[in-house]
Amino acid sequence: MTYTKRFDGRKFDELRKVEAKVGVVPNADGSAYFSFGNTKAIAAVYGPRPLHPVFLQNPQKGVLRCSYDMLSFSVTERKKPGPNRRSKEISMVTAKSLEPVVQLQNFPNTVTDVFISIIQADASTRCAGINAAALALAHAGIPMTDMVSSVSTGFVGNTVCLDLTKEEEDYEEDGEKLVSDIPMAFLARTGQMSLFQLDGNGIKPEDLKKVIEAGRKGCQKVYEIQKAALKALAEEKEE
Amino acid sequence: MIRKEEIKEEFAGREKEAEETFSEEIMENREQNQNNNIGMDEEIEDKKERKIVVPGEVIATGINFLPGENAKRDGKDIIATRFGLEDISGRIAKVIPLSGVYLPRQGNIVIGKISEITFNGWLIEINSPYPAFLPISECRGFISKREDLSAIYNFDDLIVAKVNSVKAKGVDLTMRDRGLYKLNEGIVVQVNSNKVPRIIGRKGSMVNMIKDYTKCDVIVGQNGVVWIRGDNLKNELLAREVVKLITEKSLAGGLTEYIQNFLEKKTKEKK
Repeated sequence: MTYTKRFDGRKFDELRKVEAKVGVVPNADGSAYFSFGNTKAIAAVYGPRPLHPVFLQNPQKGVLRCSYDMLSFSVTERKKPGPNRRSKEISMVTAKSLEPVVQLQNFPNTVTDVFISIIQADASTRCAGINAAALALAHAGIPMTDMVSSVSTGFVGNTVCLDLTKEEEDYEEDGEKLVSDIPMAFLARTGQMSLFQLDGNGIKPEDLKKVIEAGRKGCQKVYEIQKAALKALAEEKEE
Repeated sequence: MIRKEEIKEEFAGREKEAEETFSEEIMENREQNQNNNIGMDEEIEDKKERKIVVPGEVIATGINFLPGENAKRDGKDIIATRFGLEDISGRIAKVIPLSGVYLPRQGNIVIGKISEITFNGWLIEINSPYPAFLPISECRGFISKREDLSAIYNFDDLIVAKVNSVKAKGVDLTMRDRGLYKLNEGIVVQVNSNKVPRIIGRKGSMVNMIKDYTKCDVIVGQNGVVWIRGDNLKNELLAREVVKLITEKSLAGGLTEYIQNFLEKKTKEKK
């Protein structure tokens, strides 16, 4: 009943190799690439731009429209192209995790489209997607009161783990799945939580508190990498 | 140089307006780009000292500071609400944006393309989130109700116009001012609207340098559209190359000398 050593040898509070780059889609108003180990996500932001059809417009503020999509080749078993129920749900939670910081009050009747494409999936795809989306929104010059950082945590066996891989997500003991996959997102400055999901077995409240703490620390590390990626844009130009 | 025949064509049958416009154009071409400045170019010249900030980052602390554009107060701190360069002058802490779509302001000179023709005006594409409209009443000269509007400005024509007002519904443009007319010939470059102050330079220094070296007419719209017309394609392409170079290296210091050297080299090569 114990998970004592991680499959890839990482420490329990260690992230996989994280890479972040801004400006990867030249045609978009803002774009970014973000990866957790083998999980790679690209986000492209278009907007604010006119929203059609008119009945979707909001006269108080602009609409944030997120679209999460796993590309067919991102997984071992080819995924049929197009949205499915899972991607619609992830699109919704992504939008909900970004809405608290995005300030679109000055852009009534417009839409800001965020397209997240997963080009390689090894768990934590929605987290990589949210991180890339936050970077892309900043790059696009959308007013935001804070940066959003996301990381997946989990309770594998009976151990708190940070940044799960697919192998860990599917961890079983004696044919029984013993994992709770808990992705979460935090606002960098205020420390508030904007995404919190749990998928799997139940978890005791005391263990949940440990998981949240691990997630919070993980997100702080992610924020530093996101900040560095945005600032690197200037250095590139100086050359 | 602005050609008299073209102005006459545009205002066919309205000779008085044509004469007025022509004499204005000669003066206007130099002044226009200077007037276009939002006043940011001086600050941008000293970019070396400025720090890049990300949304949510604290740019100043203390009750003395006041939040400027793209910044807001959070308790004791002033935080950036947009990705850009922090700018603290005196008590005001603000952020100069490095990216983002063009947001029209009253008085901006923009270069737009006719996208729709309605019964009382034209819808103009100016690369902003809101539609821009040019009513007949804001055109120079008198236009009768029966007149075919497409004869004046047709689909895909490029015009230089000024933003009269910005409302929730959209942007209202006008052509009733010096230096506003339809553009003929030439080539067009599209750049991010945040780079426009850099392309214009301090009091028009950069754009005038490009005009002098390449012997082209250059009009820089605040919405990031740059129109270039020269005597031959080679000069036009050189001017376009320079504009693109400026946008790539916009954050570097000493850009004016760099561009000057580049232009020197390129114009000598031709001889």
